[in-house]
Amino acid sequence: MNYRMMGKIISQTLAFEAAFMIVPVIICAGEGAGRTMLSFLITMLATLGVAGVLFFLCKNAKKGFYAREGLVCVGLSWLIMSLVGCIPFCASGEIPKFIDAFFETASGFTTTGSSILSDIEALSKGALYWRSFTHWVGGMGVLVFLLAVAPREKKNGGFTMHLLRAESPGPIVGKLVPKIKQSAMILYILYIILTLLDVIFLVLDPEMPVFDAVCTAFGTAGTGGFSVRNIGLSYYSPYVQNVCTVFMLLFGANFTCYYFLLMRNFKGFFRNTEIRAYFGWVFISTVMVFINIRSLYDTAEEAVRHAAFQVASITTTTGFASTDFDTWPTLSKSILLAMMFIGACAGSTGGGFKVQRVILLVKDLRRNIHQVLHPNEVRTVSMDDQRVSEKVLKNTGMYLIAYVLIIVISTLLISVDGFTLTTNISAVAACTNNIGPGFEQVGPTLNYAGYSAFSKLVLIGDMLAGRLEIFPILVLFSRSTWKKSL
Amino acid sequence: MKILIAGGGKVGDTLTRQLSAEGHDLTLIDCNASVLEAAMDKYDVMAIQGNCAVKDVLIEAGVDDADLLIAVTATDELNLLCCMTAHGINKNLHTIARIRNPEYRKQFYEMRDTFALSMTVNPEGQAAEEIARLIQYPGFLKLDTFAKGRVEIVELRVLSDSKLVGAKLSNMYSIVKSKILVCAVLRDGEVIMPDGNFELRADDRVFVTASKSNLSDLLENLGIISRKVKRVLICGGGKVSFYLAGRLEKAGVSVKIIEKDPARCEELAQQLENTTIVLGDISNRTLLESEGISNYDAVVSLTGMDEVNIITSLYAHISGVRHVITKMGRVDNSSFLGSLPIGSVVCPKELCCNNIVRYVRAMGNQTGAAIAVHFIADGMAEAVEFVADESVKNCGVPLKDLKLKPNILVSCITRGGKTEIPDGNSSFNVGDTVVVVTNSNNSVYKLDDIFE
Repeated sequence: MNYRMMGKIISQTLAFEAAFMIVPVIICAGEGAGRTMLSFLITMLATLGVAGVLFFLCKNAKKGFYAREGLVCVGLSWLIMSLVGCIPFCASGEIPKFIDAFFETASGFTTTGSSILSDIEALSKGALYWRSFTHWVGGMGVLVFLLAVAPREKKNGGFTMHLLRAESPGPIVGKLVPKIKQSAMILYILYIILTLLDVIFLVLDPEMPVFDAVCTAFGTAGTGGFSVRNIGLSYYSPYVQNVCTVFMLLFGANFTCYYFLLMRNFKGFFRNTEIRAYFGWVFISTVMVFINIRSLYDTAEEAVRHAAFQVASITTTTGFASTDFDTWPTLSKSILLAMMFIGACAGSTGGGFKVQRVILLVKDLRRNIHQVLHPNEVRTVSMDDQRVSEKVLKNTGMYLIAYVLIIVISTLLISVDGFTLTTNISAVAACTNNIGPGFEQVGPTLNYAGYSAFSKLVLIGDMLAGRLEIFPILVLFSRSTWKKSL
Repeated sequence: MKILIAGGGKVGDTLTRQLSAEGHDLTLIDCNASVLEAAMDKYDVMAIQGNCAVKDVLIEAGVDDADLLIAVTATDELNLLCCMTAHGINKNLHTIARIRNPEYRKQFYEMRDTFALSMTVNPEGQAAEEIARLIQYPGFLKLDTFAKGRVEIVELRVLSDSKLVGAKLSNMYSIVKSKILVCAVLRDGEVIMPDGNFELRADDRVFVTASKSNLSDLLENLGIISRKVKRVLICGGGKVSFYLAGRLEKAGVSVKIIEKDPARCEELAQQLENTTIVLGDISNRTLLESEGISNYDAVVSLTGMDEVNIITSLYAHISGVRHVITKMGRVDNSSFLGSLPIGSVVCPKELCCNNIVRYVRAMGNQTGAAIAVHFIADGMAEAVEFVADESVKNCGVPLKDLKLKPNILVSCITRGGKTEIPDGNSSFNVGDTVVVVTNSNNSVYKLDDIFE
């Protein structure tokens, strides 16, 4: 394996992470949280130092960067990033226990939004900002950011495709324009514009403080779900909740489609199978949940608002809560649980199994059923008028197996702590799908603090596996990854 | 520039590598998904799957705002159709088509008009041309022409009994008695940009710039007897053989082709009147001996199999043939095969790529951009030709006073039809043609890029 090239890339990610810490330092300085500021500052400088040394050591990297390096590099980067990101929380004493801080940061970067904090408002603003900012950068991916801004490697441009593929969600990862740097840049520009729009719409509400607006926008953009208020989004006005509903849905859609819109290819947008299925599901679920919960609320407006908000929040794997949906009837909860597993669109900032994969699997299943009846018939699977290769279908099937296995094994492992079955299953589902809150003991008004350190580690693994689509994390544990020769 | 490449075969692949390294926006079109996947992994390109002559596929690949389309699929007809369809969508598009069937060779120019092509490339024809040139200058492994044919960069191998073994480059003039410049040395698979104290060793491959008139002096003084080649044996009867035999026939060289396919033999016999066509398998040693391989001045191995070509050339070398030329299909192998005594290596695909890259560079020619590029030393170094215009810095400053980047050498300055092999006192002025040699770590796109 090309360790030096990997070291170089990891050193660059670290340098960017350190650079991002400058904002919390400034915020802390402004509010006078001395200890927190100092811990951010020291972490920043130390990280920069380590990144510098690592970069220097890996200066003479050879070419040769293949799928294996790409996967391992992405897996390691995210692990290291989460570890470095949790140092300020620990050092400042805002989250005293290391495992809790690690859980919180991993949950942030993976855009999960599962928290171990019971009193969020006790944290300093700098720490709260950092907590929300991890969502934003984790949503589109820090390596994609690296690809967008790092200078082009001469005569070795190809390796970056492996990084993009390993970090971007979805069964088929392509480019928007021929150059990867520009593709990554387009993605980030779209992302930044949408985030800014979100902030602007949020601050239009006179009750909304700018700090809350920015943090909420970060949580929405990354489809993360950290809020800066103890009672989550129910703290804010109905207007803010509706803005969030719209933007959550926007961030959960495939970003390639926004590029289509930008290029005035409206047909490409509205005819897109995934986009149609995604909005279709959201609409049907909202209607069903609304009918189911109508009696719980005084006005229809309130019921619609909460139904739409919660469906959007769970489908896009954001995990904000406008109300305690754990008290809803079982049918609504079941719908939400189903939406948890389906998740958002491929190529969005959301997590989950991805709408595109579900469509592919359903089409493949339909073909197989057909072939049972007509064994000699030859059929291909296509989506958006393009044939889906058998390899992609096979990989999608494999992904399903890995996904189910991880959920089953994780549920078994955390059952040791003695919570109810619903709690455990929903906790694992919420972490693997990067949602945040689950049901019962990990419901929207409660948190993950009750789990043991071991269970938290398992859940951290689930979050990372879910965000990076399992394989970059799985290969870290595979023996053949680290073998010198294959 | 936005460039579409149709066809991801060997030429397509080499072009993709070269052009993406030069920073162009590339889109590769091929109907084979695995080829595209491999290209996406290796290079920074976009890949579109489909038939490149289909309008929808071309539009998806972004032909509307592309600058250039290079059609290098396996079939000539598809290349032509692809270029024609694309040109129908975008009238400002430049198109390059590869056309290799010799039957079309007489109508190249008409086809250019009919199909609105900017250029046609014919790798086999070019290879034949290159081989014919090498045969005219035996002793050189490779020849590249610059400044409208006035300057050549030639490749020589330093044989163990040569006068050059142990010679310092500063003493070169006293040995070869003509003004030449050693611009690169390939030793143990690495390129060295030598200075005056560099000492040559046996088995070095040396790249020398000289004006055309000095070439024969060089050969003579080095003790490489340049006997005119009169008899040539061509092994394999493919397209290159056909073009080459035709060319050599015209030059009055007697040519024999050995080919194993009877039908092809008949075809060749009908088309090439003055060439002897022999039916037989060249991997059969008795056949080669009975055809008197050692009596030939030159043996050219041109079968479709690289392995067979190498073995045949080795055998020809052992049999005492002075001049051996080997065709290679794969570009990447030539680097480590350079150590074998298989003579000059000619790679049609590489020649074709160089040609196209040259066209692309000329297209993107802003002030001071390169007008020609030749890859030497197995692609590890390049010789780049510029015309110095008003915008270029340091005109008229003697070279010894200039600070050049490491591993860059000004190897030749042509002024008003006169070629100067530069020394420290030389300088270039506005309007001069300057050839710069550099290893591949530098990227020289403008003449100003050579300065520190």
